[in-house]
Amino acid sequence: MEFITDILLLSDSTLRISAPLILAALAGLCAERAGIVDIGLEGKMLAAAFGAAAAAAVSGSPWVGLFAGIMVSVILALLHGYVSIHQRGNQIVSGMAINIMVAGLAPTLANAWFSLGGQTPLLDNEARFTAIDLPFAKSLEGVPMVGALYSDLLSGHSLLTYLAFAMVPLVAWILYKTRFGLRLRAVGENPEAVDTAGISVTLLRYQAMVIAGVLCGMSGSALSTALGAGFIRDMSAGKGFLALAAMIFGRWKPVPTLLACLLFAFVDALQGRLQGVSFPLIGEIPVQFTIMLPYVITVVILAGFAGKMDAPRASGIPYEKDR
Amino acid sequence: MHVAPAIETRDLCKRFGDVKANDNVSLVVDQGSVHGIVGENGAGKSTLLKMLFGFYQPNSGDLIVNGEHISLGSPAEAMAAGIAMVHQHFMLVEPFTVLENIVLGAEGQGLLKQAEIDAKAKLKGLEQQFGFDLPFDQPVSQLSVGERQRVEILKALFRGADTLILDEPTAVLTPQECDQLFELIKLLKSRGKTILFVTHKLHEIMAVTDSVTVIRAGRVIVRTDTASTSPEALAEAMVGSKISRSVTRADTDHGIPRLSVQNVSALSDHSHRALQNISFDLFDGEVLGVAGVAGNGQTELLEVLTGLRRVSDGFVSLSGEATNSKDVFTDPISLRRAGVGHVAEDRLKSGVVASMSARENAILGYHREADFCRGGLMRLSAIDQAANDYFENQDVRPRNPDLPVASFSGGNQQKLVIAREIARDPQTLIVGQPTRGVDIGAVTKIHDQITALRNAGKALLVVSADLDELMAISDRIAVLCDGKLVGIVPISEADERTIGLMMAGSAASSLVGSATEGQDQ
Repeated sequence: MEFITDILLLSDSTLRISAPLILAALAGLCAERAGIVDIGLEGKMLAAAFGAAAAAAVSGSPWVGLFAGIMVSVILALLHGYVSIHQRGNQIVSGMAINIMVAGLAPTLANAWFSLGGQTPLLDNEARFTAIDLPFAKSLEGVPMVGALYSDLLSGHSLLTYLAFAMVPLVAWILYKTRFGLRLRAVGENPEAVDTAGISVTLLRYQAMVIAGVLCGMSGSALSTALGAGFIRDMSAGKGFLALAAMIFGRWKPVPTLLACLLFAFVDALQGRLQGVSFPLIGEIPVQFTIMLPYVITVVILAGFAGKMDAPRASGIPYEKDR
Repeated sequence: MHVAPAIETRDLCKRFGDVKANDNVSLVVDQGSVHGIVGENGAGKSTLLKMLFGFYQPNSGDLIVNGEHISLGSPAEAMAAGIAMVHQHFMLVEPFTVLENIVLGAEGQGLLKQAEIDAKAKLKGLEQQFGFDLPFDQPVSQLSVGERQRVEILKALFRGADTLILDEPTAVLTPQECDQLFELIKLLKSRGKTILFVTHKLHEIMAVTDSVTVIRAGRVIVRTDTASTSPEALAEAMVGSKISRSVTRADTDHGIPRLSVQNVSALSDHSHRALQNISFDLFDGEVLGVAGVAGNGQTELLEVLTGLRRVSDGFVSLSGEATNSKDVFTDPISLRRAGVGHVAEDRLKSGVVASMSARENAILGYHREADFCRGGLMRLSAIDQAANDYFENQDVRPRNPDLPVASFSGGNQQKLVIAREIARDPQTLIVGQPTRGVDIGAVTKIHDQITALRNAGKALLVVSADLDELMAISDRIAVLCDGKLVGIVPISEADERTIGLMMAGSAASSLVGSATEGQDQ
């Protein structure tokens, strides 16, 4: 019985942890499918986390926080777009610049505004996205199996977690079932073909950056106003890169990317459960090693399975009309 | 009733800086006809095409489509006027299906499902009308080159094009695919479409066009009905006939060949047969010119001779004291050490690194040699000295080896490359397009240099698209057509007409004879 409880708890944390990953990975997916490498996911996430926490702290509303988080992230995405699309700059450099800038700027601003040593004030529950009970969750609690699955596992997550999962079919639908999606995918593969078909490459790529900005903004807001209760220095902790890895492992496709995010989130949850647990023969694994686990697995997976073959062909290459 | 031409241009001009890419080009393409445009590489064909489908805007001149004066600001506007271009490099999204590629940009509505249903209905009609049979649900990446081309054509028809511009459509096709394309062109014509067919292969012009315009150096040389012209006349119009300068020639030493090519065959990048069973000898003290319409195996021959492409059959050997091994031809380094210099055909692609300084470029390919490099460290003063010497000897301007090669003019870049390649006094020099993209002033100097090397007893092989140039500097001219050596003509027996005919594929022996007979009449 304890084993089943363990599994349930582990699955529950997996879902919770996966939300910001899924949103960020989808953001990266939209950008790269349009031909722009977005290594600045990490920075945008962190900036959005700060923006959301600060706005929520001041206004007392998580919705104001979410809006602020999205705005901050969209602005950074457009900055990246300007460098990549208009200036034909190096997209890796631009993305890294955003990461480094935000890592320094967010705690500095937090310190200037709240004087809490680079954090935002602890948010009370009214200013956060708290757990939502799904309909009938309470009444089904006692039912064997169903109760455990529905009431314990599926119910009781924040709105942003449910949104994250809802975004997967939405993004997939846009990409594969709409004219906009067709053009977006085309511009990431062969912008010249799009251009000669009379469609603006520039506009399409900016649109993709806005979508990426919105998704990444939601991801960052989830970090600080749903999973956490405020902004802490470096709270994204490499999740943006993890999301990028999940997107690559998911071969730039929404559903496989979701599965990759769940895998990474599961390892992260497992890592949390393993801390302080004593194993036969080995004994207790030092916490430094358990924390390493998700990152080690990322490296192994990317080195072993991820192919370059599936990447959008024009990804990372600025479009110049007449070469 | 008089029908206005599908496309007419009057005195169209397009300048890039000081270069006139198109100089008063007047073109008439009749409604429902197949009109050919021929010209050598760089003659201005692409510039003209790009103006016709709205990619470039002319500096002056008129564009008249179906009797109406219009200006085309973008490819989309050209499309609206019923003009579509089938690019040489296909504008297709490879992972997309055929259907997705066809509807891209012409979806008609926001949701794909309905757009594709509508498109399929429309395509059914087009398929029946023009005999297409394409797998709509297969990704384009799985199609053959010929099929991809038909997707491009169908794409244009789907958008309602009346005039199709085909830019060198056969360059990437196999002979069988070419035949299919020609069938399709005839069918399109019979259904009232107008086709502008651009090529530099003359037999294609003869095979499919009704009329033809020849362009040379940005100007229209001649416009004629195909029925009333011949490949020879077109070849002559294409390459032109300037006055050939007489060059003082020392005697060639026809002793042991310096370089011997024996039964060489090689494949192109597309795994087509680029060279077929080619044999010839190159002697000391001669310039062997290699002529041919572009894309008939010249590039591959140069690559074989400089160790950049493996032969699939036969061998190349080098005689002389340095080495007698045929293995050197698989390795550019040993080839250089064995005394074979190489002035690359495409300077910017394989002759220089444009963003690096002229000084660094001056030793490129020789940077491993002991006088420039010791223990992995570059000997900067020796490199500096060499660069200064090259600049001095060849009069490269501006005299500043620190500048990146990209900021020199084509002529000065070429002078630097030649200086580098002859600095080690190679016995053999393989030269591709010695004066392509070179300003007029430098051309004479480069020709003199080649002659001087020849008179110093070196063996030179020169591939050039410029027949006049070959006539001026060669001792013998070898002609390639379709990867085969049509023949080698001594300069004393060579004239534009003979070479032109050979470039079109007629064997040498019959030609030299018939040319003489022709004069007798």
